[in-house]
Amino acid sequence: MLYREAGDFKTSYQADNQTFPIRFDRVGLRVVLVLALGVVPFFINDYWANAVALPFLIYAIAAIGLNILVGFCGQVSLGTGGFMAVGAYATYKLMTAFPEVSIIIHVLLAGGITAGVGVLFGLPSLRIKGFYLAVATLAAQFFLVWLFNRVPWFYNYSASGQISAPEREVLGYAVTGPNAEAWVTYLFCLLFLIFAAVVARNLTRGTMGRSWMGIRDMDIAAEIIGVNPLSAKLSAFAVSSFFIGIAGALFFAVYLGAVEVGEAFGINKSFLVLFMIIIGGLGRIGGSLMGAAFLVLLPVLLKNVLVGSLGWPTDLAAHLEFMIVGALIVTFLVAEPHGLAQLWRVAKEKLRLWPFPH
Amino acid sequence: MSLAEQVLGHERDNEDGGWITADGRQIGAVMMEMKNITLRFGGVVAIKDISFDIRKGEIRAIIGPNGAGKSSMLNVISGFYNPQEGDVFYLGEKRPKMRPYEVARQGIARTFQNIALFEGMSVLDNVMTGRLNHMKAGVLAQALWKGRAEREEIENREKVEKIIDFLEIQNIRKKPVGSLPYGLKKRVELARALAAEPSLLLLDEPMAGMNVEEKEDMSRFILDVNDEFGTTIALIEHDMGVVMDLSDRVVVMDYGKKIGDGTPDEVRNNQDVIDAYLGVAHD
Repeated sequence: MLYREAGDFKTSYQADNQTFPIRFDRVGLRVVLVLALGVVPFFINDYWANAVALPFLIYAIAAIGLNILVGFCGQVSLGTGGFMAVGAYATYKLMTAFPEVSIIIHVLLAGGITAGVGVLFGLPSLRIKGFYLAVATLAAQFFLVWLFNRVPWFYNYSASGQISAPEREVLGYAVTGPNAEAWVTYLFCLLFLIFAAVVARNLTRGTMGRSWMGIRDMDIAAEIIGVNPLSAKLSAFAVSSFFIGIAGALFFAVYLGAVEVGEAFGINKSFLVLFMIIIGGLGRIGGSLMGAAFLVLLPVLLKNVLVGSLGWPTDLAAHLEFMIVGALIVTFLVAEPHGLAQLWRVAKEKLRLWPFPH
Repeated sequence: MSLAEQVLGHERDNEDGGWITADGRQIGAVMMEMKNITLRFGGVVAIKDISFDIRKGEIRAIIGPNGAGKSSMLNVISGFYNPQEGDVFYLGEKRPKMRPYEVARQGIARTFQNIALFEGMSVLDNVMTGRLNHMKAGVLAQALWKGRAEREEIENREKVEKIIDFLEIQNIRKKPVGSLPYGLKKRVELARALAAEPSLLLLDEPMAGMNVEEKEDMSRFILDVNDEFGTTIALIEHDMGVVMDLSDRVVVMDYGKKIGDGTPDEVRNNQDVIDAYLGVAHD
């Protein structure tokens, strides 16, 4: 009854083009934004920030980035971990080289640098497709991790080979380093996520997004219409890597604080983010958020239920957690191969007619 | 004898060599000229020394039995293949080697024999993709959805809606293309090609696999496009009835060679063409 579009007429193409055509959705979005920006920061503590909020926000940015490449442009990539590492090391080098410049600029610049690296490793996509391209991007993953491990310049010749983020402030509040408070880091990452989501949505609904999707769905037809495959594919790599680089920068500087590249940005990161967008829904910005939420929140939830409520031993719970998450992923994908976003959409279609489906 | 005389049987020659058709349409100067085109794939000669031209405003058909090289010819025009020999002249200028998207920017659009739509996108997005070459907003404007990006989106949407109107596909504009029946997909593909506002439209078997009613609809659309937008059309089609009714001039190909070229009547009475279609007695 509540959720419907009856009477919600559009009289201009501008109104017809908006992201959320149904009023109920728009109101809902505003409520969520007010809660996330205005209420949560007052209640968040270290546990919630570090176990739930920060990983979700940061992985969501990475998933949005990867979704642009895989979901919208159809170019499979397994180099996400490596590109996140580029973002992390770029911020580290920038933070230590220019301590007086704001960290916001450093994070954005790190995204830009990652975009350049992404374009470089995207060049093979002009000749190869599908699984073969995935293998080529795998090379990026291994090469980049090796590079940051082996070339001491990247970690400023520190004895441990680790990089650790020095303390940096935004408007007088520490966002990195040991003194950063939970609500500051939360808000910092949230603003980047909102930025990423808005930009990604705008790019994918316009000319650029249509040329990406054209290349994904039928590259020959796209080319005959006037899409330059070179610039479409490389721009997808650039935009995708830009967001992944930002995610890597935040992951290192704000979330972990200190990073050893092989551990933090290994191949399992690439797979994790890829699973997020597959479970969430390829080619949908909302799907990236849902996938990230699913894979970040579910383990935390299971741990709390199994260890906290049922009192099981931690190691047993950890093993079971893997099995349950795995089983749930399979179940979800069998039930809805197009991911959580599609599930959500179907639910909304049903809701539109509820409670009078005929 | 001038071309107009050949076509009309009498002189009604314009300066550019064009003429006025029986139903009053103006056929203008030569728009595209293929000169001695030869296309080989390894040892196979797909097109052998073919020359013909397409005039502004006309509907030009390319026909021939299966494997005659018709689609290869269309692929040469749209830039998928570069012929080993011969030249393509477009609007009086010799065309250098080009990629298909560069050809598209010159105002040549096409449809495919096997529908090549973007299955994952809505009808509206598919047709909007056709406007790509008319949208110039930069990345920043697009990222912020402000200024030129938003303005262009709406201006082009208005143009696209006119085409959607014209082809009578309003009721499916928000549907994903993958869910549409075959005949409608063909129509959406035509809409996408038209959205580019091409000066030359190439149609590769626009009526393949359609029933009589759908063929009539499509024929009407083709004639209307030619008439209302003044679009020059080159088409490949197997249905002889349709070809003879629609086209102003016909090129007939067989085994990569041109065996006939002229008005439908001329082609119909050409002995080589009859032989190619009906076969020749081996005595």
